[in-house]
Amino acid sequence: MTERKIDRDTKISRRTMLGTLGAAAGLAGSTSVLPGVARMAHAQGSGPIKLGFQVHRTGIGSAYGRWYERVATAAVDRINASGGINGREVEMIAEDDGTDPRRGAEVLERFSSLHNTDAVFGPLFSHVVIGSAPRAGELKMPYFVVSEGHHVASGILNRYTLQPGITDVKSQVISMAPFIADNVGKKVTMIYPDFAFGHDHRDFFSEAIAAQGGEVIQKIAIPPTETSFTKYFPSIPRETEVVYHVMVGPAVLTFVREMGEFFGGRGPALFGFIDSLEAVDITSPGLEFLDGSYFWEGMARHAQPDQTPHEDAYRAAVGVDAKGASVDDPRDVSTYAHMFGVWETLAVMKAGMEASGYQGPDDRTALIEAVEGMTDMPLSDDHPQGDKVFNGKTHQVFGHQNITQLKNGTLERVHRTSIEDTFYEDEVDYTSQSF
Amino acid sequence: MTGKSKSYALHLCLIALLAAAFFILPQYHVGVLSRVMVLAVYAMGYNMLFGYTGLLSLGHALFFAAGMYGFGLSVQQGGLPTGLALLIGLATAFTVSLVVGFLALRTKEVAFMIVTLMFAQAGYLTVLYFGSITRGDEGFVINTAKRALFGVDLSDETARFWAALLLFSVTLLAMAALVKSSFGRALIAVRENEERAMMLGYDTHRLKYVAVLLSGTLAGIGGMAYALLFGYVGATFASVQYSIFPLLWVLLGGAGTTIGPLLGVLFMYYLIDISSSFTDAYMLVAGVALLILCLFAPQGLAGELRKRVFPWLP
Repeated sequence: MTERKIDRDTKISRRTMLGTLGAAAGLAGSTSVLPGVARMAHAQGSGPIKLGFQVHRTGIGSAYGRWYERVATAAVDRINASGGINGREVEMIAEDDGTDPRRGAEVLERFSSLHNTDAVFGPLFSHVVIGSAPRAGELKMPYFVVSEGHHVASGILNRYTLQPGITDVKSQVISMAPFIADNVGKKVTMIYPDFAFGHDHRDFFSEAIAAQGGEVIQKIAIPPTETSFTKYFPSIPRETEVVYHVMVGPAVLTFVREMGEFFGGRGPALFGFIDSLEAVDITSPGLEFLDGSYFWEGMARHAQPDQTPHEDAYRAAVGVDAKGASVDDPRDVSTYAHMFGVWETLAVMKAGMEASGYQGPDDRTALIEAVEGMTDMPLSDDHPQGDKVFNGKTHQVFGHQNITQLKNGTLERVHRTSIEDTFYEDEVDYTSQSF
Repeated sequence: MTGKSKSYALHLCLIALLAAAFFILPQYHVGVLSRVMVLAVYAMGYNMLFGYTGLLSLGHALFFAAGMYGFGLSVQQGGLPTGLALLIGLATAFTVSLVVGFLALRTKEVAFMIVTLMFAQAGYLTVLYFGSITRGDEGFVINTAKRALFGVDLSDETARFWAALLLFSVTLLAMAALVKSSFGRALIAVRENEERAMMLGYDTHRLKYVAVLLSGTLAGIGGMAYALLFGYVGATFASVQYSIFPLLWVLLGGAGTTIGPLLGVLFMYYLIDISSSFTDAYMLVAGVALLILCLFAPQGLAGELRKRVFPWLP
C-alpha cells in the first residue's frame, strides 16, 4: 500500500523556472501524442481519485484475493492509461481484510478516515461483505462488492452497497436448472457446504429444478470443518442421475479427488460449480474422472473458439493464457470464473463517476444515483464477460451464465444462458431508502 | 494515599483519559477506541476466570456469541424492542454460562481447557446448523433503526463512543471493586493454591462456578454490545479464533490486573493495524511480539508495571 506525496518548493530559482518552462513545453508537445495522459496531468491539481480495495490477501479467501488484486491492478492501469476518471488519476489503495468480517469493517474505517478514499470495492466472501456493509452505510462510503452472494439483492444491506460487476448466486443457480433437466438428468443429488452459501444453492436450485419437472432426491451438506469426504458419498442414492456439487475453501481439491476415487469414472453424471475447482489445475492427477462432466462458469476459464476481441484484450491485460493460468507460470491457475467481476466493477465505477461529474466525497450520493440509473451494459472492453442488465432498485447486475463440459482436458462451452434466464422478482427497492 | 485509593484514582484517571481522547484524537482513532473498549469488556470477562481464578478456558467465544446471538436474533429476527432484546441476550449468556460451568467444572486443568473448547465448537456448529435462522457463516445485519436505545441512535459515531465508554467504565470499576472484595480475594486464593483455600474452609467449587457465571455473562455483554454498536452478528465471532483472542489480549496486557485487558486489546489492535500497513505477514508480527513479551515480560504489560512501578495495582 503506497500513497503518493507531492512536495512543493515555494522558492523558485532561475534554474527551477527554466526547468519548469522546459518541462511545460515538452508536456505541451506531448499532448498530441498522449492526449489522455495530458488531460490527466492537467487535472492533477485536484489530486487523484482514491479507490480503496478491500482484498482477501490472507485467510480462507486468499486464493481469490490474490487474483482479484491482479485484476484490480490491471483494471486501474487501464483506466489511468485512458486518462483516468474525469481527467484525474486513479490511485488504488489495497488493504487486507484477512477474510474476516470484523477486520473488514475496520478496513472500511481506515479507508474512510485514514486514506480518505472516494469509494471502496472488491470483497468476495459473503460474511466479510455483510459484516462490513453496515459500516459502509454509517460512513456513507460507496461500497462496490464483487461477492456473487444474494445478500445485496435480498435487501438486507443498504443503499451504499452495490454489486454491479458480478451476478448473484440466485440468478446463477436458477438459470442452470433448465439445462440440467433437459440434458443431464432430472433426479439430482446435491453436495454442498453446510453454510449459508451452500444453503442458497440448496434452496434456489431445489425450487428451480422442481419447476423443470425434476427433483432433488438427496441433499448432502458437508460441515465446513470437514477435511475428508469419502464417508459422505455412499449416501448418494443409486437412482441419482446427476450429482450437483459446489464446494469452496482449502479442501476443494481433496473433495474432488475423493469423489473421483469413489466413483472411479463410473456413476451418475456430474454437474459442478467451478467454485469446486477455482485456482485448481483441472488436469491435475486424480481428476481424470471429471472428463465429460459439466461446470457452471461465470466466465469460461479456457479460451473458446468464438472468444471475443474484448476477452482477448482482458486476458492479455490481466496476464492469463488460453488455459486460464498465469502467463508467467502455467501452474498458477486463476480464479477466472469470478475475477472478471473486479474488472467490470471498476469500469462501472468509472462510468458512474463520469456520469455524475464526480469531484469528491460530497458527490458520493450522486455517484450511487448515477449507478442506480444504469440499465444496459453492452459487451465491450469494459464488460468482456458479456452484456449485462443492471437493476438499480436491487443494486444487482444480471448477465449470461456459461456451462462448459470437460473434454480431453479442455472446458468447452456447451451452453450460454440468456440474461432473461437469470431474472427473478425484485426483493427490495434500495432507491426508496434515504441516504 | 492507601493502595485502595490509589487504585480508584488510577481507574478514574484512565476513564478520564479515554473520555479526553474523544476530543483530542482524530476520528479514526476515536472509532478504534470504541471498538477496543467493547472488546476490552470481553477481555475483562475472560480475565475474571483466567487471570483471577486461574481457570484457562479455550471456549469463551461461546459466551461472547451467546450474548451476541441472544440479542441479535431477538431484535432482528424476533422483532423485539431493543431493551428487551438486550435482556434476552443477557439471560442467554447467563444460561449458557450456567450450563457450561456446571458441566465443565467437573474437570480440571487440561481437561477443562478441552471441554470448554469442545463446548465452543459445538456452539459454533450449532450456529451453522441452524443457518436458516442464524444465516450461518454469513451472519446478518441489525438494522440501524433497531440500534437505538432510550432514543439514542447508537450507530452514530459519537453516541457509539460514549456508550462504549460507559459500558467499559462500569465494568472496569465493578471489576476493581470485585477483586478488592473478600470474594475477589477468595478467587485469587483459589488461583494461587486451591487445596489450601479448601483447607481454609472455602467452597472452591462454588467460587469457581460463580466465577464462570460472572465471566461468561460479562463476555456475553461484550458480544451484545458489539452487535448493538457495530450492527453485525456472524458465526465468525463464535469460532475458535475468538476464543483465542481474549487469551492473547489478557496475556499481553497482564493476567490478573484490572487494566491489563484494555492494554492488551489496545496493543494488539494497533500492532496489527500498523504492521498491516507494511506487510501482509502482520499476524507473524503479532506472533513475534507475543513471543518477545512472553520471554521478557511474562506477566504482561500491566503485570510488569505492577512488578516494577505500581505494586498496589489491582
